[in-house]
Amino acid sequence: MTIRFNVNGKTVDVKAEADTPLLWVIRDEIGLTGTKFGCGMALCGACTVHLDGVPVRSCQTPVSAVAGKKVATIESLSANNTHPLQKAWIAHDVPQCGYCQSGQLMSAAALLKSNKNPSDADIDAAMSGNLCRCGTYGRIKAAIKTAASEMHKA
Amino acid sequence: MTTTTLKAAAATAAKTVSRRAFLQTSTITTGGLMLGVALPGLVSPGDAQAAGLLHTPNAWVHIADDNTITLLSARSEMGQGVYTSMPMLIAEELNVDIRKVKVAIAPPNAKLYGNALLGGPQLTGGSTSVRDGWEKLRIAGAQVREMLISAAATKWNVDRSQLTAANGVVSGPGGKKATYGQLAAAASKLPVPEKVALKDPKDFTIVGKRTKRLDTPAKTNGTAEFGIDVKLPGMVYASLEQCPVIGGTVKSVDSTKAKAMPGVIDVVQIPDGVAIVADTWWHAKKAREGLTIVWDEGAGATLNEKTMLEGIRAGAPADKLIPLKTVGDPDAVIKASAKVVRAEYTMPLLSHSPLEPMNFTAHYHDGKVDLVGPTQWQDAGQGTVAKVLGVKPEDVTLRTTFLGGGFGRRIDIDYIIQAAQISKAVNKPVKLLWTREDDMTHDFYRPQSVHQLAAALGDDGKPTAMTFKMTSQSVTGRVFGLPMEVQDPLMTEAAIAAYEIPATRHDMVKHDAGLRVGYWRSVSHALNAFANESFIDECAAAAGKEPYAYRMSLLGNQPRFANVLKMAADKADWGTPAPAGRFRGIALMEGYDTYMAQVAEISMKDGVPVVHKVTVVADLGRMVNPDTVEAQIQSSIIFGLSAVLYGEINLLNGRVQQTNYHQYQIVRMNEAPAIDITLVPSTEKPGGIGEPATALIGPAVANAMFAATGKRLRKMPFTADNIKAA
Repeated sequence: MTIRFNVNGKTVDVKAEADTPLLWVIRDEIGLTGTKFGCGMALCGACTVHLDGVPVRSCQTPVSAVAGKKVATIESLSANNTHPLQKAWIAHDVPQCGYCQSGQLMSAAALLKSNKNPSDADIDAAMSGNLCRCGTYGRIKAAIKTAASEMHKA
Repeated sequence: MTTTTLKAAAATAAKTVSRRAFLQTSTITTGGLMLGVALPGLVSPGDAQAAGLLHTPNAWVHIADDNTITLLSARSEMGQGVYTSMPMLIAEELNVDIRKVKVAIAPPNAKLYGNALLGGPQLTGGSTSVRDGWEKLRIAGAQVREMLISAAATKWNVDRSQLTAANGVVSGPGGKKATYGQLAAAASKLPVPEKVALKDPKDFTIVGKRTKRLDTPAKTNGTAEFGIDVKLPGMVYASLEQCPVIGGTVKSVDSTKAKAMPGVIDVVQIPDGVAIVADTWWHAKKAREGLTIVWDEGAGATLNEKTMLEGIRAGAPADKLIPLKTVGDPDAVIKASAKVVRAEYTMPLLSHSPLEPMNFTAHYHDGKVDLVGPTQWQDAGQGTVAKVLGVKPEDVTLRTTFLGGGFGRRIDIDYIIQAAQISKAVNKPVKLLWTREDDMTHDFYRPQSVHQLAAALGDDGKPTAMTFKMTSQSVTGRVFGLPMEVQDPLMTEAAIAAYEIPATRHDMVKHDAGLRVGYWRSVSHALNAFANESFIDECAAAAGKEPYAYRMSLLGNQPRFANVLKMAADKADWGTPAPAGRFRGIALMEGYDTYMAQVAEISMKDGVPVVHKVTVVADLGRMVNPDTVEAQIQSSIIFGLSAVLYGEINLLNGRVQQTNYHQYQIVRMNEAPAIDITLVPSTEKPGGIGEPATALIGPAVANAMFAATGKRLRKMPFTADNIKAA
């Protein structure tokens, strides 16, 4: 079937079986490879994207469920690292292997949209679905706080 | 100790590798102008000549006419920061701005890029990158700098002594200036200077300074290329069904249904299983449901981890006991002693489970193979694929992407061979990608181990004798073909602790438990340090002594050990009681030439430990990038803690029971402790830092749990069941 939806502001028509996970449509059909595959069971968060502004695990989201909706991937934050979260990630040198970081950033971006001044507990609650095998959690937390305070100033 | 034993093993390993014909090529295929640098200690002039290296380009520095400077990292970037730290070492002597260079990961060429600390393979592991590159890369940078100066001296007809090279520009009298790019062509024709002066470390402007990682920007906007992201023209996708019992083979396959499924291009059998090749990866993966395979499960079909552990404990006729070190007659002392402490510690099987599942892209064409993907061992990938596919090694190229975690898993190359075999079978570029389930059930697992320790305590409570026996499976035996009767130095890591005990015996027993095993971050440090640092705590308790002071009383004249132990105790407020409900444990180790102490502060909740804070003091000698050093300590503690709290692989009828992260849990943000790190300023030679902290978190938490509960945890992981049974 053909499914029409919006990715990062652009309308796309993709041909895929209805049960194809959004993740593979984004990566292999549309060619946006910033979104990663880690577990296929919504356990690790590496595939996190926004669906109408809400963070979802694209590995468990059938493409048919996004028809007519807006999908935002890591590529939408900014290509040149100007989003406050990207700047904070760089300032704290958060990534190690980096594989989970697209998902981490998308979860963090969703958090800061709904909570301008998250506490440690808020951050834990929003981010604990995102695994980092390299253990960058401390830096992620610090970077989210830096980004939040930068966004206040702006 | 560590380095020497590693070198010894490496020498053996290197021989084995050449026996196995992991062939090395001697040509580099890079365009542009490059400067020739002979590598001291690695390539003799004769070798270099034979390989044509003096006429080919330099291994480490590429200077284009437009002054674009590319520095090569011969080590894979898997999170540990070598993409930045290796170029920092070159840039320090080349005098270029580290922010302005480009970085490339070196192609396979063990002659140029081999890891001397590991005996020669082009392998990223063993926390060796900085230790191996410390002199080599600075010399490489200095040689190129001197060649550029010589080229300018000739060009301007002035004496070399009047010239300086800085910020990518050679400057001379009368305001003469030329960029490195303008001099590179001439410089590359000059002989490589045999001796170069290196900076006094006090004059370093790059090395030792906190430096932003060069790979971070690409990892925050989705552009960093991992293996899973590789795309070649005309590429198709593969998903591989492997026998649920590792080592099993295909008896028969009916692929009729699979072939009729959407997008399927072909179904091919390779030695490791049956691959679906399709137009998208999802189609390939889905079509595995249409396969009917009868497996010959092989010898592994009877394995389960409980009988494997019993076998390790009981021993087997084929086991090899290899003495490591004996001082005096500890058995006699223990036999005659009124106070004896005995304990046995066991460690489970573990999976690496990096977040990026195993994958590689291969393109077999015209008797040649192009390989692209994440690997920790370039020349093994190249050489083995050449051998397996029957092509010349020089006809196999390999480009290394970023690695979505390695932790030792990507030292193995099974998935590279598979990708190449599938590509050859379909005659197309193929990206093979495993599922998480494939990855977790077809790992090379950290071996189980059993430690039996005994000590006699004297009247003052100090050990008068100690015996240590470790039984486990040799990973080096599998990976490098190390003979059974030869000591595996990766089993002996941290086996001999710092403590001064008059009579000691350390024996290592190699036991083949039947499952394939692999190097897992910190390898045997984690096994041996858990036993040693728990046991010394047990001795302190038996002697009625406070565990920090007890350790300190046994350190004698070992200032680096004593210093990190004292600093960690001070930083963690060891001398004052922990807050209500909190308990502390301490642990000490040397690994990879790094001296480290950790204090874990925990509480108990619902019968399991909650780790609140870890205080770490590390003395690793000179550092390249202290911020990366801290990041590696943070990483190692979280990685180690996942194993301490949750890590265990079980087997039923040879089938790995854990298939995804819900069954093989990884510490999440809400469980991550605060980590307080102090790095000891030092002018000692660099130690490794990618791994040691992994090994100490286990005993630190175990000792804190003893303080909290009076229970001694001798079996990992520290789950509610194991704690109850303790």
